[in-house]
Amino acid sequence: MTPLAALDYYEPWWAQLAKSVVIFAVVLQMVPLVLMMERKLLGRMQARYGPNRVGPFGMVQPVADILKLLSKEQSRPHSSVGPLYALAPAISILTAVAALAIIPFGPVVDIFGTDVGLYGIDVDIGILYLFAFGAIAFYGLVLGGWASGSKYSFLGAMRAAAQLISYEVAMGLSLVGVIFTAGTLSLVEIVEAQKGMWYVVPQFVGFGIFLIAGFAETNRTPFDLPEADAELVQGYMTEYGAGRFALYYFAEYMNMIVISAIASTLFLGGWLLPFGIDPPGWVDPIVVLAKIFFFLFLFIWIRATLPRLRYDQLMSFGWKVLLPLATVNALVTAIVVVST
Amino acid sequence: MRRYDEDVVEVVRGPQPGGAGGVYRAFGETLRGLKTTFARILEGPVTVQYPEEKVPVYPRFRGRHKLHRFEDTGLEKCVGCSLCAAACPADCIRVVAAENTPEHRISAGERYAAVYEINMSRCIFCGYCEVACPFDAITMGHDYELSDYNRSDLVFTKEMLLAEPLERTPLRAEGE
Repeated sequence: MTPLAALDYYEPWWAQLAKSVVIFAVVLQMVPLVLMMERKLLGRMQARYGPNRVGPFGMVQPVADILKLLSKEQSRPHSSVGPLYALAPAISILTAVAALAIIPFGPVVDIFGTDVGLYGIDVDIGILYLFAFGAIAFYGLVLGGWASGSKYSFLGAMRAAAQLISYEVAMGLSLVGVIFTAGTLSLVEIVEAQKGMWYVVPQFVGFGIFLIAGFAETNRTPFDLPEADAELVQGYMTEYGAGRFALYYFAEYMNMIVISAIASTLFLGGWLLPFGIDPPGWVDPIVVLAKIFFFLFLFIWIRATLPRLRYDQLMSFGWKVLLPLATVNALVTAIVVVST
Repeated sequence: MRRYDEDVVEVVRGPQPGGAGGVYRAFGETLRGLKTTFARILEGPVTVQYPEEKVPVYPRFRGRHKLHRFEDTGLEKCVGCSLCAAACPADCIRVVAAENTPEHRISAGERYAAVYEINMSRCIFCGYCEVACPFDAITMGHDYELSDYNRSDLVFTKEMLLAEPLERTPLRAEGE
């Protein structure tokens, strides 16, 4: 059997199993946390308390919400296409979770005498893997919207497809600069290459474009046109309820976490701390989580601040501003890398 | 004479969208918005946590009605004249008067209210009953927590209106 990734150290099967369970469990527990954080912070930013009735400080609210959704009746419209309707949210959640596998939480460390890399798997094509799953994620939204058999869902799905395709281009190009500078696609090696200087400094244009495109990719304000509660009644997930709606909701927040994790890995130096501070190995995952939460705070902050873009503004911004900017950024980076 | 040209406000228009000025404006305004929302976090919420905290009512607040007795004799002030019922625009007051007898004296006047009911689910808290009453027998109180599980429970009888009300709502202090 050919190995999935080039490992220059031996990692026993139980270590791989254990770390995949741990990564999955930790990141999965972050979703209700983010839900809570979002509602609390949005509340504070609107000069009110967030939810504070369920449990101490309202901390049990997401659990209550999820339990409520799961205990509801599964229903679907008569006009819907059954199997696809059920499959679509599953695709969404699968693609959201799959990206977790390659996010590095730390370098190879020694745990009980065994070398274990603090990441699911270090693949040579890390960023391509991300974009591959990002592309499959469209199917989750488009199938969901189409299979619902409702015009609002369909409109939402069409918007989602158009928006995701437009911004995926800019997003991919914004990362080209990082790839040129690091000379590798592996996320672990990209982090290693950021020793000395985080890529947010030389690649600040790429960082900005990536962040903006990331907002669009995760359907967050100000790019939440596919959902657009006011116009489209939640867009592609209009007809979803109960557990399937919970899946979509879950996938949305999971995508947020994944984009935050990628941004902190590629631009904020992953587990590295600035100014040459070199903490012991067990601090690394905490550093990564802190950076992820910084980006999540940014997501929520922006949501509380900016209104939704108009559809033509969204399109012209994506194609006329972000795409040329990302191309120029990639070109300039290429020239600099070649000339030095 | 007042000079109106002092009131003219210079309208400062931002740069038009498109071009470098537009980019500057978009960035600047976005940052200004972010600052505004972040400042709200530092400021803290303005919400009143209702069941635990209550906003104090003003002295002239019109809440649930009260019927009064004379403090010295303990006789009811209401003489069953039905003027309140006549004044009530929502028609929620029902008064049935009866004659006082020397052995059985309830009010100071010739007659007394044998039945005095206010349907709180109909009442619009306009205070006309209070205005109409010639003996100040009925006044508006401060209680506004009037929800109940049955509509019939919201018909307040004379005994309920005469009883010393539960002070559930704080009264605003003088000058507050």
